[in-house]
Amino acid sequence: MHSTAHDFKDNVSEALTDSNLQSSLAMLKVGFSERRRQAAERLPEFEALRDAARDIKNHALANLDFYLEEFERKVTGLGGHVHWAPTAEDARRIIAELCQSVGARTVAKSKSMVAEEIALNEHLEKLGIAPIETDLGEYIIQLRHEPPSHIIAPAVHLTKDQVADTFLEHHSPLGFTKRLTERNDLVAEARYVLRQKFLDADVGLTGANFLVAETGSSMLVTNEGNADLSNTLPKMHIVLASIEKVIPTLEDAAILLRVLARSATGQESSAYTTLNTGPKREGDPDGPSAYHVVILDNGRSAVLGTEMQDMLRCIRCGACMNHCPVYGAIGGHAYGWVYPGPIGAVLTPQLLGVEEAGNLPNASTFCGRCESVCPVRIPLPGLMRHWREREFEKHLQPKAVRQGLALWSFVARRPKLYRRLTGLANRMLALFGRADGRYRSLPLASGWTRYRDFPAPPPGGTFHQQWARHGGARTRP
Amino acid sequence: MSDDRARILNGIRRSLKRGALDGTAREAVEARLASPPAGPAVARARLPQADKVALFCQWAEANNATVARVAAADVPGEVAAFLARNNLPAQAAMAPSAELEGYDWASQKMLGLRRGAGRGSDQVSITGAFAGIAETGTIVTASGADHPVTLNLLPDTHIVILREGDVVSGYEDVWARLRQRYGKDRMPRTVNTLTGPSRTGDIEQAMELGAHGPRRMHIVVVRA
Repeated sequence: MHSTAHDFKDNVSEALTDSNLQSSLAMLKVGFSERRRQAAERLPEFEALRDAARDIKNHALANLDFYLEEFERKVTGLGGHVHWAPTAEDARRIIAELCQSVGARTVAKSKSMVAEEIALNEHLEKLGIAPIETDLGEYIIQLRHEPPSHIIAPAVHLTKDQVADTFLEHHSPLGFTKRLTERNDLVAEARYVLRQKFLDADVGLTGANFLVAETGSSMLVTNEGNADLSNTLPKMHIVLASIEKVIPTLEDAAILLRVLARSATGQESSAYTTLNTGPKREGDPDGPSAYHVVILDNGRSAVLGTEMQDMLRCIRCGACMNHCPVYGAIGGHAYGWVYPGPIGAVLTPQLLGVEEAGNLPNASTFCGRCESVCPVRIPLPGLMRHWREREFEKHLQPKAVRQGLALWSFVARRPKLYRRLTGLANRMLALFGRADGRYRSLPLASGWTRYRDFPAPPPGGTFHQQWARHGGARTRP
Repeated sequence: MSDDRARILNGIRRSLKRGALDGTAREAVEARLASPPAGPAVARARLPQADKVALFCQWAEANNATVARVAAADVPGEVAAFLARNNLPAQAAMAPSAELEGYDWASQKMLGLRRGAGRGSDQVSITGAFAGIAETGTIVTASGADHPVTLNLLPDTHIVILREGDVVSGYEDVWARLRQRYGKDRMPRTVNTLTGPSRTGDIEQAMELGAHGPRRMHIVVVRA
């Protein structure tokens, strides 16, 4: 997928004035996040499970090479194949060759963020192989030629009416000429159209929520059942997964599953959780005769052992974006690449470079809601702060920002000067009048006051002055 | 390509500032793999068997499945009655399993059964279950000659026959049963866990049933 992360500020301006997007985002505030809260409250062990989930992922990352080799050994022992892809290009080539080896014309795809990351669809299309997205949300945005705007609900930016228009446009040639108005009718029509495509597909391609080293199984979590049709009907099943998806055992999977669905949609469990282990066995009445797992690195191994390693714990539940005030205001497309929201603001600079995506981690108030709901307790604000530091070190911000920050740090490190200047500024603000409690315009602050009033400081001097006047002192317990 | 394999594995080791695991470090990880530590226990499903079954039924219904509890002799009758209640055809694709053949299907003269894998045109399927998870009302199935996976997915209506004795507390009990049945290093091709019928929240985050898999799931719980 082509990145527009460098255009973040323009993307944001566009998003804020898109009325369809804004009405879709309004639903997010009461949808997934409220259901997550209720699900967490229903399970007294939820917080302990989050700790355990964090520890499992940390353990797996610390022994990643061992578990990947173990996973490979098990898959191979059952007649499956493991392919190693250091880069996105390698993964695209491997998958294309596998598809060509069975003369595939269509590929039934189950939603995979890693496939988006490596821009797989465009590559297959170039080779004359048609990828068919089968997750309802992915299907809708594939018809509209849009990228996903959320990692678990790719079409969350759209309203029902927009979906209805899209279906009418694309399904009319198939005989569906009535514009639908009910959600369940839209779901039923997509089901009907996609069912034949499942039956006709030569290859099924899925991602994986987890790879289980103990058994060589890939684990998939969905609500629709599309991943299961993708891995059961076609003659070849290809799993595309990144290296950090591997976990040690089924016991570990049980813990991660308990926090995944609750964090994502607030469900006790997603409708389908599936373990696929190798190709069909002798006597099996259905299933693929070939099973391939493509393991992608794409820059992740370099993150291990660094202060950014925590981001590799992510299990892609989407809770951080569901709870993020910035995501809630601008939606996913503004982030410009595959992974939006707080986790996107941390991952994208890593995968594409801080030069491309340095603006994303700046779009945070550090309110901390993302970290407070993350099922594997990734310190997202801390990681975003890290990127801000890297951006500053690389001299990537505009000159005015750098000079402003330099001036600020000079003053802030000299307490006497700081107090004198803030006292002066406070008196200056009084000169501009603070009777209203706010300013409609201020010199040097037009960037702020063009859009909103600037709050006036309360009377009585600066904090330091008031502290001194009231005989403030440190109190010790 | 083995070069690519080495590139990834060596990259990981370089970042972790060590070579391939060996000595006591390797032994520790191998020991964990052989006997995984139990995570925090979920108290709500640690119950006597009868209460476990009741909890299973409660959660299955909360997940939009329907549940009937009957004696073994009444299983075929309940299936036929369910189909009639829902105006469904008295035709079904059934998993070719010895367990299911143990029920007296001949008692239902009007019920037409075809044994075998699912087809795109099937409206109703009947399968057994490897286990039921009380914690979340989840059905677990294991693929094999006696359980085609397509029967779980293609028909509009999935009827599951679950024996009370197969209801367990949580996932951990399912894993133990799988290892017992297939061996620690052998898994069936597919283990499905099914928590209610297929659904999607992809349009305006509102859950709609029947996305790609069955729109209806009916669980017949057979008294021990």
